[in-house]
Amino acid sequence: MTMNRNFLYFAIMAVLLVIVGQFQSWNLSLSILNLCLISAIMALGVNIQWGYAGLFNVGIMGFAALGGLAAVLISMPPVPAAWAAGGGGVLLSALAGAATIIGCIVAYAKLPKGRARSAIIVAIGVIGFFIMRGIFVPATDAIESVDAAKTGYLGGLGLPVILAWPIGGLLAGGVAWVIGKITLGLRSDYLAIATLGISEIIVAIMKNEDWMTRGVKNVNGLPRPVPFEIDLQQAEWFQNLSASLGQDVVIFSSIFVKLCYAGLFLAVLLAIFWLSERALKSPWGRMMRAIRDNEVSANAMGKDVTWRHLQVFVLGSMVVGIAGAMLTTLDGQLTPASYQPLRFTFLIWVMVIVGGSGNNMGAVLGGFVVWFFWVEAEPIGIWLMDTLTSGMAEDSGLRAHLLDSAAHMRLMTMGVILLLVLRFSPRGLLPEKTGHH
Amino acid sequence: MELLNALILMANFVLVPALAYGSQLALGALGVTLIYGILRFSNFAHGDTMAFGTMAVILFTWWFQSMGINLGPLPTALLALPFGIAICAGFVLATDKLVYKFYRQQRAAPVIYVIASVGVMFVLNGIVRFIIGPDDQAFADGERFIVRARSFKEWTGLEEGLTIKVSQGITVITAVLVVAALFWFLNRTRTGKSMRAFSDNEDLALLSGINPDKVVMVTWIIAAALATIAGTLYGLDKSFKPFTYFQLLLPIFAAAIVGGLGNPLGAIAGGYVIAFSEIMVTYAYKKFIGYMAPGDWSPDSLLQLLGTNYKFSVSFVILLLVLLLRPTGLFKGKSV
Repeated sequence: MTMNRNFLYFAIMAVLLVIVGQFQSWNLSLSILNLCLISAIMALGVNIQWGYAGLFNVGIMGFAALGGLAAVLISMPPVPAAWAAGGGGVLLSALAGAATIIGCIVAYAKLPKGRARSAIIVAIGVIGFFIMRGIFVPATDAIESVDAAKTGYLGGLGLPVILAWPIGGLLAGGVAWVIGKITLGLRSDYLAIATLGISEIIVAIMKNEDWMTRGVKNVNGLPRPVPFEIDLQQAEWFQNLSASLGQDVVIFSSIFVKLCYAGLFLAVLLAIFWLSERALKSPWGRMMRAIRDNEVSANAMGKDVTWRHLQVFVLGSMVVGIAGAMLTTLDGQLTPASYQPLRFTFLIWVMVIVGGSGNNMGAVLGGFVVWFFWVEAEPIGIWLMDTLTSGMAEDSGLRAHLLDSAAHMRLMTMGVILLLVLRFSPRGLLPEKTGHH
Repeated sequence: MELLNALILMANFVLVPALAYGSQLALGALGVTLIYGILRFSNFAHGDTMAFGTMAVILFTWWFQSMGINLGPLPTALLALPFGIAICAGFVLATDKLVYKFYRQQRAAPVIYVIASVGVMFVLNGIVRFIIGPDDQAFADGERFIVRARSFKEWTGLEEGLTIKVSQGITVITAVLVVAALFWFLNRTRTGKSMRAFSDNEDLALLSGINPDKVVMVTWIIAAALATIAGTLYGLDKSFKPFTYFQLLLPIFAAAIVGGLGNPLGAIAGGYVIAFSEIMVTYAYKKFIGYMAPGDWSPDSLLQLLGTNYKFSVSFVILLLVLLLRPTGLFKGKSV
């Protein structure tokens, strides 16, 4: 039964993509598919946190952005002039910062409790901060002035971009560990608020630290894991291939590149999906669900609830980080200003809840369905508004306002969908399978 | 003289703005903390409720302005405030009936309410942008300044000027009046007492015959009023932009948690703690040190601890520190 239902939903999804391919264009259909795959991975990550453990993460945007940052730091060629100008200073200030934090922790652990200890900790913190900034500011200024129009940042390591995917996961997992360590074990709302905060801050850092990410100047031209269209168009084997398929070389090259991406993304999705399913069906997964369904009794059975929550929070964030790195790879550029909570946090939540929280297949389906309608809602919405207002005069102010505002209808629609599913079908399209294994 | 200049400088750039901003945060945090105390969840829609209420106030203000009604030196928005509150309260009560009531009857887990409030936030977000657009809106009118920098300089003969905007004065006065009224209500009236009883111990309150529906309704109305007032004051003081109100959520939550969630006094204290830290950390002390230091020496750098782009991280760091060291907040809040 569930097998059939899974198959039915994914078949409908495939038909929808084919319809877009036939009636709009195959290029569009494939780019929707690629983003569907990435969305599905993000939704899997969130499902690990929410579906397995009931953790509410409102900072998915931040973890996805960290993945994007990793893509730049790993794959872009280093800028030697910038390293010469300020690389040492940045490293030194990082060391100073680390030393300050360690100093504070040592003082906290070693000194006797009291006013004197607090004063010493504050003194170490303030002095360390000023030393760090004293080294940091001139160094970054020097870096940012190196050919500011083209580089003005340190660049990356010049390694293959695929490496950035796991590294992005590690980066996101590291930040998740710090946040989880502080807020897990307290009320569930605190995790939500803290993740909301950290994601805003991560994006603020990426927008403002030009020496690292070029800020709002964006990093363009990331290396690709797949061939460039222009190279394909000139390669003889490719010209022969497209000729034998009866396709236009230019259009087919872009479809071919998108297919390559789709293959890579599908491989990652399948790997993560397989691992998640294995984990869910293992004793570990049963324990996680036991904790989710009744924390008190799981605790009484000797399970360390806080530690398990931390574990699952870090794992889920890593998956989101991997997907974030993949997204930046697909875009070929890092645009910090494009990280919007609506697109990167709440949309993913809608995917998980619509798809069926607790069920990995549901999360994947949610990723596909919601992303598809997210993209196609805009033309539909504009068409709808246009039809609804066609009775009004051409120059009517109300009509112009309604047409302009059609874009905001997406926000409202997403909210309404979330509320309706949560209320009337809280188990989603593909409900979690419970019972005996 | 140097010392006086330095003090005026601080008053102008730190004390006055932080007092106004702190009052706005305190009013916002009061709403969050009341909902937390009575309904027992963190309302993520609060920032957008502020935006919605403010939008209603702005629309009424424009309508009054078009009819030529105004308050002379005071902004017309004050006249529109009661109407905005009424609309916002109506909306909030409708969301309670349509969304939250169901989960209350189900006795759902707190995190479900939080997700529902995120859904409500979305809808509010869309409505506000749909009606008034995502851009900045100006709706302040009347006098702009209580004290102008230039006349202050002429009057005192100091180098530094002090500016106090009408909006800042109104903010502080309104906040004091509202807080006084709220505490009077909570401590002196029957409904207020039943609200506090409900917050302390729900079961006991129900046993002693308190009507939970009434308590919940009054809580929402008060929260809507607080949100609209806070939002309007913020909008008068700075400007109205829907996205800014979403971003205010973080400092407001931080204020409520720093003070101890569920504790109204704590929310007010928390609001000022956050506002003062945010402004003091992002203020450039170059000129101040220049006045304080002997002779004509003045530091080369701006002496700014953190760029203003990062002002939200200040509330975040404070939030983390409080959660690390004292999770119930400075004043004792509800259970962790």
